[in-house]
Amino acid sequence: MVGILEDKDRIFTNLYGFQDWGLEGAKKRGAWNATPDMLAQGRDWVINQIKNSGLRGRGGAGFGTGLKWSFMPKEVKDRPHYLVVNADESEPGTCKDREIMRHDPHLLIEGCLIASFAMQANACYIYIRGEYVREREVLEAAVKQAYEAKLIGKNNVHGWDFDLYIHHGGGAYICGEETALLESLEGKKGQPRLKPPFPAGAGLYGCPTTVNNVESIAVVGTILRRGADWFAGFGRPNNTGTKLMCVSGHVERPCNIEESMSIPLRQLLEDHCGGIRGGWGNLKAIIPGGSSVAMIPAEQCETALMDFDSLRELRSGLGTAAVIVMDKSTDLVKAIARLAYFYKHESCGQCTPCREGTGWMWRVMERMATGEAEMKEIDLLLDVASQVEGHTICALGDAAAWPIQGLFRHFRPEVEDRITRYRVGRPHVQGVTLTAAE
Amino acid sequence: MPKAKVNGVEVEFEPGMTVLQVAELAGEEIPRFCYHERLSIAGNCRMCLVEVKPGPPKPQASCALPAAENQEIFTNSPMVKKAREGVMEFLLINHPLDCPICDQGGECDLQDQAMGYGRDETRFDDNKRAVEEKFMGPLIKTVMTRCIQCTRCVRFVTEVAGVPEIGMTGRGEDAEITTYLEGAVNSELSGNVIDLCPVGALTSKPYAFNARPWELKKTETIDVMDALGSAIRIDARGAEVMRVLPRINEEVNEEWISDKTRYACDGLMRQRLDQPYVRTGGKLQPATWAGAFDAVIKKLKSAKADRVGVIAGDLQDAESMKAALDLFGSMGVTSLDCRQDGAALDPKAGRTSYLFNSSIAGIDEADHIVLIGVNPRHAAPVLNARIRRAVMQGNCKVSVIGEQADLTYAYDYLGAGPETLTRFAAKPPKGAVKPMLIVGAETVARVDGAAVLALVAKAAKAMGAIKDGWNGFNILHTAASRVGGLDMGFVPGEGGLTASQMVQKGALDVLVLMGADEIDLSASDAFVIYMGTHGDAGAHRADVILPAAAYSEKTGLYVNTEGRVQMASRAVFPKGDAKEDWAILRALSERLGKTLPYDSLNLLRAKLFADHPTFGQIDYVAMGAALDLTIVGTAGDLSDAVFAGPAHDFYLTNPIARASVTMAECSATAKAARVKPVAAE
Repeated sequence: MVGILEDKDRIFTNLYGFQDWGLEGAKKRGAWNATPDMLAQGRDWVINQIKNSGLRGRGGAGFGTGLKWSFMPKEVKDRPHYLVVNADESEPGTCKDREIMRHDPHLLIEGCLIASFAMQANACYIYIRGEYVREREVLEAAVKQAYEAKLIGKNNVHGWDFDLYIHHGGGAYICGEETALLESLEGKKGQPRLKPPFPAGAGLYGCPTTVNNVESIAVVGTILRRGADWFAGFGRPNNTGTKLMCVSGHVERPCNIEESMSIPLRQLLEDHCGGIRGGWGNLKAIIPGGSSVAMIPAEQCETALMDFDSLRELRSGLGTAAVIVMDKSTDLVKAIARLAYFYKHESCGQCTPCREGTGWMWRVMERMATGEAEMKEIDLLLDVASQVEGHTICALGDAAAWPIQGLFRHFRPEVEDRITRYRVGRPHVQGVTLTAAE
Repeated sequence: MPKAKVNGVEVEFEPGMTVLQVAELAGEEIPRFCYHERLSIAGNCRMCLVEVKPGPPKPQASCALPAAENQEIFTNSPMVKKAREGVMEFLLINHPLDCPICDQGGECDLQDQAMGYGRDETRFDDNKRAVEEKFMGPLIKTVMTRCIQCTRCVRFVTEVAGVPEIGMTGRGEDAEITTYLEGAVNSELSGNVIDLCPVGALTSKPYAFNARPWELKKTETIDVMDALGSAIRIDARGAEVMRVLPRINEEVNEEWISDKTRYACDGLMRQRLDQPYVRTGGKLQPATWAGAFDAVIKKLKSAKADRVGVIAGDLQDAESMKAALDLFGSMGVTSLDCRQDGAALDPKAGRTSYLFNSSIAGIDEADHIVLIGVNPRHAAPVLNARIRRAVMQGNCKVSVIGEQADLTYAYDYLGAGPETLTRFAAKPPKGAVKPMLIVGAETVARVDGAAVLALVAKAAKAMGAIKDGWNGFNILHTAASRVGGLDMGFVPGEGGLTASQMVQKGALDVLVLMGADEIDLSASDAFVIYMGTHGDAGAHRADVILPAAAYSEKTGLYVNTEGRVQMASRAVFPKGDAKEDWAILRALSERLGKTLPYDSLNLLRAKLFADHPTFGQIDYVAMGAALDLTIVGTAGDLSDAVFAGPAHDFYLTNPIARASVTMAECSATAKAARVKPVAAE
């Protein structure tokens, strides 16, 4: 057997699109099976099942999905409730939601119905990333199929009036932040809102709203069908379930794979991806959860488990479980400089530390990559990163700071070495001997 | 009340307050750039970070965080200091630091707070960002490189002014504040963004490079450009008024003023009458005061009392009108009028028949406002912003009879003229608890003004606009002097002529104009004595000119449209040989042998208060005073003409504004904007 998860326990059985994505195919794979029975159990049952399954949000922050749902008002008062599905998958390295949307869209649609029922929402919006054109087309076609089969819509077979709308975004990274997404959905400029109020109190158009990741919603139907205990049986406590992992970079076979949570990182790479290019010994560092988390060096990759707690102990994070593998041929400084440029480019410009700090960090990183920077600028850069981290409205500031902090936590000598070497034979360039002695 | 601890000191606060407000209650000053009491909370500058327990182990933006019971707030912990220093550093890395050439210097929030949180040297070695200047019209000068993207200006024009024409384009460090298609901001309140801007990005264009704040003498006074009596501060250097800024008066203007109030001040230095003139040989020749008085006295003594008339203009202070009333009254003159526009308002119907009875602050309570022949956006822009807020808060709806103008809020359009008003008065909507009917001064001044007024009174009665504690019958005046004049009875007495009758051919031998420039004098063949400030229409027609003081040059009482008596203070001295108006009349009375019984302004005021006690109640408004609607106006024939907006230009309503170069530019810009094709074309 390869990996931990057996084929019988996979939720996304058409992850690679070898079968029909349409309603017929989806039904054969189990989607829409017994959905009316699940709804008949009542919304408290649904929320409790999700809570018991231990499902944590798959969008990166890892907040308990069932708990999030329970924050919605118990009764619908003067304002309608909404479910919004965050399909603005833009985190560099991450490509899991698109596979769901184009190969298993009915799991998502079914999940939307169940989740909306649990939160008493009669309308759900799927905010899909601007660049995902084909994915949107498939998803729209699947929604049409579901409407035609009376699975959703007014007076559907499930007895819960439910409309599903797909909104195509403009392709801004920041619109993946839940409140910026709501702003964008409302037709405004995508800038994060201040919290509180949280969306569960005042979200879309000021109404109670829950924003969930595509994967979090798409697994709901299967969890309810197979039971919370089944789902909770995978992974370590507090890190349960199965998870789509996207491995890219210097492995033999980059892939998307559904695996059990808490799978050892090394096993993930060796079982599914054919190992590191040039063997495990050629590994330099791994960014385990999409570009926003700190990298971990090869020696830590030996023992790291792919779950929230293990990676947090390593001062990194599971994020979206997008594993970016870098072997010894990688110029890590240049790689992080490129990420710094990404965050500078995607900063919305609303709040000061991120607007000014991301550009500053990027410029220093670029000089670090060539070695032009001065030695004292390393501490300056880390200080700037700490001034951005935790001081912003949304988490983009943190996300911009963490990769840089991760680089220097583990590879500071490499940067220092580069700065020193740049000055060899360039006596007119200042800034190495003076500060290196300090 | 819940309690919280600020730096260990316990304070009680009202539920719903933010951490920033609670900290201020405890006397802690929280630095801020984006937060402003009268705008929505943006929370984007991050300068107001504080440490809060219980809470996440990172600093929190205090402006946006609701305070909670038993919260511990720390405003000066090392974490807070470090966080604020970090934010300040970020704000400064791309700021040009050109304070020596920046007009905001000396009154700049960024400058002040950099003293507290700035580093002594920069750690940023890269090139600073530069941003292109944006055109925002003739009033707002932009140096956008200085902008710190606090978005106060964006929120002001969107929320208060109601013209969403300023916005942020681009994102990240390329984000820029600009106007829509870089056009002028089409608002009468646009100048307020200059006060709101915490840095030198938006500064006053006419005032650019003219003065430093510490050179200016500041005088707190009252505005006369409209009938609101907004609280203002006049900043003067030497004899020149450099600028006008708003003061806070929650009851009247909150902290906004209109562009006319703010920018007409350059008109105080132009076209001024700074010495007496006498017309000899068909031409006005400079004269001495004695010579001018001789000419005046010769005419006044030879004229019979019923052939003499006095018209008081729109900017007159109460004291000068009182002096004129006493002097000409003692001569037996009955043709006195303070209504040069011909308004059909009669003090005999009681004071409340011509006031804005609901009071300006009463707009906040109203649930249905009916605008009758008035465009409040032009008559009183600050008041219009208040109506807008009431509408936006959702408790108030607005109906309009008259010109279908863009008022910056949605309204129910009923119709254009008296016909609609007749229908409305016959069957007004019921159900409003606190209805307000607002009639424009220009509508009351129509030929059928009295009949219109009677109809409005009928409608007010039918709507139940007058009840215990609420009076919804309102006249929105545009002239600062009007209510004061009516209060003291500056209207024709027995057998006296009205203003419009006085200017007819052959009506009078001597016509005295006290700053009255907005009346058509072409038919009059009287000997015109003009007492005023500017070489405007009245002075051109005058036979004798007696130079007087403008509102910035005298202390005087003004009564605003709601009947609030306010005292204006002198910021600078009258120009040249000009004298204060009351002093001219006092001197004239002595030469006429009818010496007025007061030798000082205080004695004059004492007499004014004794004769008309309402003037003694400074800054007092009798809200919801009684009014007998049956005697308001006189029923009569209505003309077919629709209630047109005022024919005059908003920016050019008085002699000061007409002498102002800035106002002329604004007028031209507004005119051009009206004919400009829309963007898509």
